[in-house]
Amino acid sequence: MSTFPWLTVAGAVPLIGAIAIALTPGRSAAGSPADRRARDLLVKRLALVFSLITLALTIVIAVKFRPGGPRFQFQQVYQWIPQFGVHYAVGVDGIALVLILMSTVLMPVVVLASWNDVEEVAAGATSAAPGKRARRGRSAKSYFAMMLVLETMMIGVFAATDVFLFYVFFEAMLVPMYFMIGSYGVGQRQYAAVKFLLYSLLGGLLMLVAVIALYVYSTHGGHQGTFLFTQLSHLALSPTTQKWLFLGFFVAFAIKAPLWPFHTWLPDAATSAQPGAAVLLVGVLDKVGTFGMIRYCLDLFPSAAHFFTPLVIVLSVVGILYGAVVAIGQADIKRLIAYTSVSHMGLITLGIFAMTSQGQAGATLYMVNHGFATGALFILAGFMVSRRKSHLIADYGGVQKVAPVLAGLFLVAGLAGLALPGLSTFVSEFLVLVGTFTRYEAAAVLATAGIILAAIYILWMYQRTMTGPVRAEVANMPDLKARELWAVAPLIALIVVLGVYPKPALDIINPAVHSTLVGVHSRDPVPPHPASAQARQASTTSTAASSTAPTSTAPTSTAPTSTTSLVQHRRGQRSQTLRKQGSSA
Amino acid sequence: MTVTVAATASTIATPHFEWSLLSPMLLVFGAALAGVLIEAFAPRDLRRPMHVVLTLGSLAGAFVLTVVLAAKSSIFAGGKPGVVAAIGTVGVDRPTLFIQATILILAFVSVLLIAESSHEVSSFTPQAAAVPGSAEEREGLLAGLSHTEVYPLTLFAVGGMLLFPAANDLLTMFIALEVLSLPLYLLCGLARRRRLLSQEAAMKYFLLGAFSSAIFLFGIAMLYGYAGSVQLSAIATAAQSGLASSTLLYAGIALLGVGLLFKVGAVPFQAWKPDVYQGSPTPITALMASCTLVSAFGALLRVFYVAFGQLTWDWRPAMWAVAIVTMMVGSIIAITQTDVKRLLAYSSIAQAGYILTGVIAANAAGLSGSLFYLAAYGFATIGAFAIVTLVRDRAGEAAHMSSWAGLGKRSPLVAGVFALFLIAFAGIPLTSGFNGKFAVFRAAIQGGALPLVIIGVISSAILAFPYVRVIVLMFFSEPAAEGPVVVRPSAYTGLAVAIGAAATVVLGIIPEPLLSLASHAASQLFVR
Repeated sequence: MSTFPWLTVAGAVPLIGAIAIALTPGRSAAGSPADRRARDLLVKRLALVFSLITLALTIVIAVKFRPGGPRFQFQQVYQWIPQFGVHYAVGVDGIALVLILMSTVLMPVVVLASWNDVEEVAAGATSAAPGKRARRGRSAKSYFAMMLVLETMMIGVFAATDVFLFYVFFEAMLVPMYFMIGSYGVGQRQYAAVKFLLYSLLGGLLMLVAVIALYVYSTHGGHQGTFLFTQLSHLALSPTTQKWLFLGFFVAFAIKAPLWPFHTWLPDAATSAQPGAAVLLVGVLDKVGTFGMIRYCLDLFPSAAHFFTPLVIVLSVVGILYGAVVAIGQADIKRLIAYTSVSHMGLITLGIFAMTSQGQAGATLYMVNHGFATGALFILAGFMVSRRKSHLIADYGGVQKVAPVLAGLFLVAGLAGLALPGLSTFVSEFLVLVGTFTRYEAAAVLATAGIILAAIYILWMYQRTMTGPVRAEVANMPDLKARELWAVAPLIALIVVLGVYPKPALDIINPAVHSTLVGVHSRDPVPPHPASAQARQASTTSTAASSTAPTSTAPTSTAPTSTTSLVQHRRGQRSQTLRKQGSSA
Repeated sequence: MTVTVAATASTIATPHFEWSLLSPMLLVFGAALAGVLIEAFAPRDLRRPMHVVLTLGSLAGAFVLTVVLAAKSSIFAGGKPGVVAAIGTVGVDRPTLFIQATILILAFVSVLLIAESSHEVSSFTPQAAAVPGSAEEREGLLAGLSHTEVYPLTLFAVGGMLLFPAANDLLTMFIALEVLSLPLYLLCGLARRRRLLSQEAAMKYFLLGAFSSAIFLFGIAMLYGYAGSVQLSAIATAAQSGLASSTLLYAGIALLGVGLLFKVGAVPFQAWKPDVYQGSPTPITALMASCTLVSAFGALLRVFYVAFGQLTWDWRPAMWAVAIVTMMVGSIIAITQTDVKRLLAYSSIAQAGYILTGVIAANAAGLSGSLFYLAAYGFATIGAFAIVTLVRDRAGEAAHMSSWAGLGKRSPLVAGVFALFLIAFAGIPLTSGFNGKFAVFRAAIQGGALPLVIIGVISSAILAFPYVRVIVLMFFSEPAAEGPVVVRPSAYTGLAVAIGAAATVVLGIIPEPLLSLASHAASQLFVR
């Protein structure tokens, strides 16, 4: 593998873009309104170009990624703060890679979709208060600059393989999002922004305690303290310690995801944010929570993860049903979509904590698909709202007659939300449910009920907004413009393509899921899905030959034969000295 | 034990002073005395420039001398943590030099604020003796008088601050405490606007400070009764042998602790802080919030690590309690504040609580974490107060928070930098505040104080709310019609803000140099 620092470069490009945007002349610079518009256009073009470059770079990374290779690829490890044992360490496994790819796909889409959002906020505010001195327009400059800064942090948070570095990105990404909601949002934006920040900050600070404690435990026995994930995952922790640390991490991720009952910030934040910011919030930031669960909660604290699994399963199922039921009752389009996300995120956590290969592979794929599907829904709803200037479902009706393209794409995105076969979410939802059913039948059955509810909230919303007689207010509603079509078309295409042919994504995801399951000492309870069993058999036999002699201390007593060889293979590969204190699977 | 000549000689010998070891303090005190002479003899027009050059020059010179001392190998020869100088009264060791260097830099930046020349922004009254609202006051304003005494007073205070954490016996420490406090009492009363508030603040500070000094002195008497000496090392030895009455010892620790915690502003000895921070001229508030805090923590660390280092188990429970109430009270009451300076005061109280968690760790990591935190916090807090001096309405500084609404739209740069400081106080990563918090919390967990850290992060989350509210006001609210304006600062204030902001960012992203310096300084703790 080449030593070119792909991940660092991909992460740095948006930051450079943000700096470039910051250096363009601002709104206060002299010039006529036309000059101002030209400057704003320059900013938007810069944002688009830099996000496209980043996308191209991550596609290169994805192409160069070898699914059969070591777990973490494109690794770079440099000392950052030796006093704290902190490294600048990046690297991706399959799970992180697909999430990075999703983020970088969403970013140009969001830039295109938000093209005129900033001006509209300013215009709306001015017209709302004509008596007052016209407010100086909000600057497109800082909005797009913050968006790119956020992209850097998104790549960083998924790519970090040092827990401290992860935490830094995890917390720091709150700041741009906070300003994006608070400064550029609509409605109760201040309230929503503060609620979002305080919720996330509280969770993050509890995690900080766990992060520090993890470091302190890594110094026990005279070791040099470290935050490197690969070393921490071999740490021997007592079950009690694991439970506390697990909770510290888990609460932060549960707030971020958000898992019921920590979800209340999300509908407010997503409703108040601009559609573009809402896409990033729900599409990417939420995934940081579920990503954190699968990467950190499971791999670092396996026995605690097993201990808390029943609790998480219950919360997830409640979240699925609660989110769906509440979504049905919403009168506000964006709020409705936000509640569907609560429901879907419950499905993702369910898949993760089912601790089966289908469940976790499905959950990971679902993270990606949910990003695209909900992103498309939010963007299309945003287009609709920007035309009619109303969030309320009741204010629409018969849109499909005046704007058929908008309505058609909205339907596709909506159907992806209810997991129609042939669309990408179906594959992931199916995998999650199958993976859950093999271990927790009741949970899977209840979760399936959530899909029925999904059909209600999506189709009923579609029916109320798009069908029926054309309301007078929407009679002149223009259909999608070329820019808007270009923004949303890639997402719709991806939803369809991944629905028909999800193999490339699954190929990348599966090995990472297997190492996670090995790390958490879990195995599939029944003869697993034939395809994945074959794949695993193949990978085990092909790599076992090349692996070094397995360490003699592998916990053969707890793992049955087929998994044992994989366990030993992985352990030999990592050539570690410490051994994780495993609970019985 | 001590290496001084006089202490071991049986005959009365000429006291031996290691002048070179004391040179930073001597330079500052000398410059202060020279400042008094300038005040007496120099023509009025020349006073201010001469003072500014002398004050800044002496602080910079003292900083250089401190660095030279720290680099001097003879002090630390043979793996010693340092030496005791001046007949056993002054300890010269790495933590002390680190603290002194920190104080000197922070004082330098604070003096930049004090030296703000623009008539509009200057924070000091032209004539302190004139009754507020009187004709004399107006005349003074018109004549463009200014109190150039603030410079020597500041230098005296800084000199006291340098001596306070270095003092190796309790009497010297007491004298240092008085030397640093008395000028500050005066300086507090010199505000240009809202002079009654300022004078009230000075009065309050003086009265409460006098009480705390008395209590401190009483504690010294108790400890002298216990150990027969005021030297910190002698007290430590006596405590180790445990022969004398422990009642005296514990009473002494408690009283001494009260005196020190008063200066730090820990709950329940915090009552003066909001009033004094609010009433004082803002540059003086910046000086107190940064340098005095550093100095007081330095003394606290020395006393509790050297004299009571063996008694960790005895003082720790009380310190736990103080730290917990300090963190919680500081952050909860901060929520209700409507005045920016009072908010910063309560925030400073809570920050003192976080630093106390590092003190409680009572290990080298705790010491180095506290040192780093103090430096990081000092820069951010001076920067924040510097910005407070710039946001003005007709009545002077626009202290009431509501008038800050919409500042982000009028002056994005100033509001952005202020937001940066607030984010640093809140401890968001990539700012110095986060690394400081991380350092002390890590030390505390290593020292077994996990519950304290959990309370610390809960308090941080609470404290984030008032900060976030200010950011909301500045960026997300509409500007008030008669809102304040941001005046253009002279180069002095601009430089102070720039230094504060740069330090906050740099210590947030590359904290390693300062961290390893602090850790090197703390590796052998204090000299005994």
